[in-house]
Amino acid sequence: MDSNGMSSGYADIIREIEKLKVEKEEIENRISKLEAQLDRKPDETAHLEASQCCSNVQTVLDGHRSSSNGLTPEMIYRYSRHLLLPDFGVEAQLNLARSSILVIGAGGLGSPVALYLASCGVGCLGIVDDDVVELNNLHRQVIHAEAYVGKAKVKSAVAACRAINSLIKLVEHNESLRASNALDIISKYDIVVDATDNLPSRYMISDCCVLLDKPLISGAALGLEGQLTVYHHKGGPCYRCLFPTPPPTAACQRCSDSGVLGVVPGVIGCLQALEAIKVASGIGETLSGRMLIFDALSSRIRIVKIRGRSLQCVACGENAELTQQKFRSFDYECFTQSPMSDRVISLSIFSTLVYESARISARLYKDKINEHEEHVLLDVRPAHHFRITAIPGSINLPLSVLVENISSIDSALKAAVPEASGEAASLYVVCRRGNDSQRAVECLRKNGFPLAKDIIGGLEAWSRDVDPSFPIY
Amino acid sequence: MHLTLEFGGGLDLLCQSVKIHEVDVPLMSETGKMKMRDLLAWVRTNLIKERPEMFMKGDSVRPGVLVLVNDCDWELSGGLDMELEEKDAVVFISTLHGG
Ligand SMILES: [Zn+2]
Repeated sequence: MDSNGMSSGYADIIREIEKLKVEKEEIENRISKLEAQLDRKPDETAHLEASQCCSNVQTVLDGHRSSSNGLTPEMIYRYSRHLLLPDFGVEAQLNLARSSILVIGAGGLGSPVALYLASCGVGCLGIVDDDVVELNNLHRQVIHAEAYVGKAKVKSAVAACRAINSLIKLVEHNESLRASNALDIISKYDIVVDATDNLPSRYMISDCCVLLDKPLISGAALGLEGQLTVYHHKGGPCYRCLFPTPPPTAACQRCSDSGVLGVVPGVIGCLQALEAIKVASGIGETLSGRMLIFDALSSRIRIVKIRGRSLQCVACGENAELTQQKFRSFDYECFTQSPMSDRVISLSIFSTLVYESARISARLYKDKINEHEEHVLLDVRPAHHFRITAIPGSINLPLSVLVENISSIDSALKAAVPEASGEAASLYVVCRRGNDSQRAVECLRKNGFPLAKDIIGGLEAWSRDVDPSFPIY
Repeated sequence: MHLTLEFGGGLDLLCQSVKIHEVDVPLMSETGKMKMRDLLAWVRTNLIKERPEMFMKGDSVRPGVLVLVNDCDWELSGGLDMELEEKDAVVFISTLHGG
């Protein structure tokens, strides 16, 4: 333990690190040269990373081939618990290593899908998403860490996968999947996992998989329920066979509005990873033609038999009209009357529902408070939202029960001013984002409260423009 | 006819958030049989408490709703014309899109 011995030990370590760094650089150079040798047209350099993925799957195996079965010693050790499974074994593991899988969406479903597919050793894993990590994602999107809040989800997800398994090829697609780029991206993969959160993307991805003849592992989760099936696989139905007509917009709930228990997409995502592994490795019986329905509250999983491929299906039927050209210009958001991005929802899409005179900004409302104007603030959010946070003094009367409780507003207004004054209190209405409050004001104005005003932009505007300490959710 | 009806994927919200309903449905057609068509009409009248357009469109379920009789898609057994039997389990489930 003398100081000399210690410093020479340090020097050794530093020398060793330097030596390894040089070796690492050499290896990286060799990898780049080998990658450059792969047949690639010069104009494809823009898609360099993406085009590498599938073609390189084989070289991962070839470059290090040392044992007769095609698995490297590192692969044998790393995946030994797979190889020990009589129903899986070397062949299935090799099939995995030769497969390329695209995960669309790096959210609640995509997190476990990507983590399991990376760790299990698929040859190439691509992830598409154009979103950034937000703090309120982390309770369910378990692939992302706090340090990545504000950064691209794809970067975060790929870094997490790379940290787990450096043997596999990882491809970042930091863009939103649209009809214009979907064919190019999806065509580079063998299997597609739909881990998106919206209806138009689901139709678009299914159509694209039919056109390119790719199996599609489709999962969905909301609230305390989840659903899972495999489309366009071994003669089974596609999404349109099951749902030829999109549902009404009001039936399309989103996690950002309706909530979701974090573990529910986790369960469905894990099962999606399982189905993807089965399709890729060729083992077992997939959920093609069947649907798994998960109810977290009652701990029940139901597997149901669904209809087969429809001969009349416009995407995969006998006289299907869908072509790649039609696909590229098809407007899925218009078809489903529903946006692909969640962010659009936070804008006030009903901004012209009530007249300007029936509206007030959050700042002006704050002025009224400062002027001690006698008033009642009616919060029309559901009761469980009101319990999360509310402006002090506001009264909760959810929009859904507004009409039958309209008389209680009268008494609240009367109680707000001293009886003798003869003045009338004003009535302001607030909700989370300023949409429901407009519906409420419209209803109130028809039901004896002609002066009711809605606070533009709701509590989000209040938090943004008046009270930054007011929690948003 | 005794049936077990289940609502999922948010359809339970249309019937006071109750998911499972054990019901006795009177036979409607003169033949003494009950078709899915009759059951849907009965459900709409007796169980759906709000926004019926979120459950039905015309005389069938709205787009995006799967109907499963004894864990099997009703499309495989005749859809609206399917004949129900005593103690059948009928599930109405709205497709989810979240993630
Ligand atoms: Zn189809």
